Amino acid sequence: MTNESRATNAYTALGDPMRRRIVEQLATQPMPVGKLAERLPVTRSAVSQHLRVLKDAGLVAETAHGTQRIYRLDPRGIGAMRDWLDAHWVTALDQFKQFVENQPKDETR
Amino acid sequence: MTIAPIVRTVTVAAAPARTFELFTAHYGAWWPKGKTPAKAPHVDIIVEPCANGRWFERDAEGVETQWGKVLAWEPPHRLLLGWQLNSHFEYDPDFLNEVEVTFQPDGQGGTVVRLEHRDLERYGADAERLAMQINGGWGDKVEQFAAYVANHH
Repeated sequence: MTNESRATNAYTALGDPMRRRIVEQLATQPMPVGKLAERLPVTRSAVSQHLRVLKDAGLVAETAHGTQRIYRLDPRGIGAMRDWLDAHWVTALDQFKQFVENQPKDETR
Repeated sequence: MTIAPIVRTVTVAAAPARTFELFTAHYGAWWPKGKTPAKAPHVDIIVEPCANGRWFERDAEGVETQWGKVLAWEPPHRLLLGWQLNSHFEYDPDFLNEVEVTFQPDGQGGTVVRLEHRDLERYGADAERLAMQINGGWGDKVEQFAAYVANHH
């Protein structure tokens, strides 16, 4: 996956309010699916589906703990921040180039 | 933990001195509209032309929103900015990333603009709150932006 599509996925994943609530919960502490389902007004299977999307977007990681799987925020979430800034500068510099090149010719010494 | 800096270059058809001037004195004219920390659209973005100068935007009502500060002002070849927008894309005087911009002749009358945004590991403390940034209504805009970038790459 390219950085760009990973960033896009991260933001798309967080476009859903329930997924944002899951991320907020996991920011307080790592926990299993069951505990998330207790804290949120959705079923366990719905939580599992959301977790899968969050995992694919690189925002959430899971670790096996005995028979349980514990979900936590993926420290690579910071990578999404970097990707976002990177995309930001690509656009900004592109605009800058166009701006410079749209200046009247006699001013571009 | 160290995170690789963001490095981007672009070549423009103007000499370094002119390019430096356009980059700084006309910042508000070329910066993408709606991609700023303030809620209201910017009418200008000011990079004060001296070390320790302020870097901020101003809206139509005259309301100023800080972005950071000028760390080094060395026309026509180098500008060092202190980016003080945290992972919520809000001004935070206790947060600082360096953004170094250099302007070198390309040998054909133009200029290679090289931008390096570094110290990204300083987002580390904030990284787990990434979701909050998206929460404040930024989600849609960022998605549109990501799509725009994908289409203009």
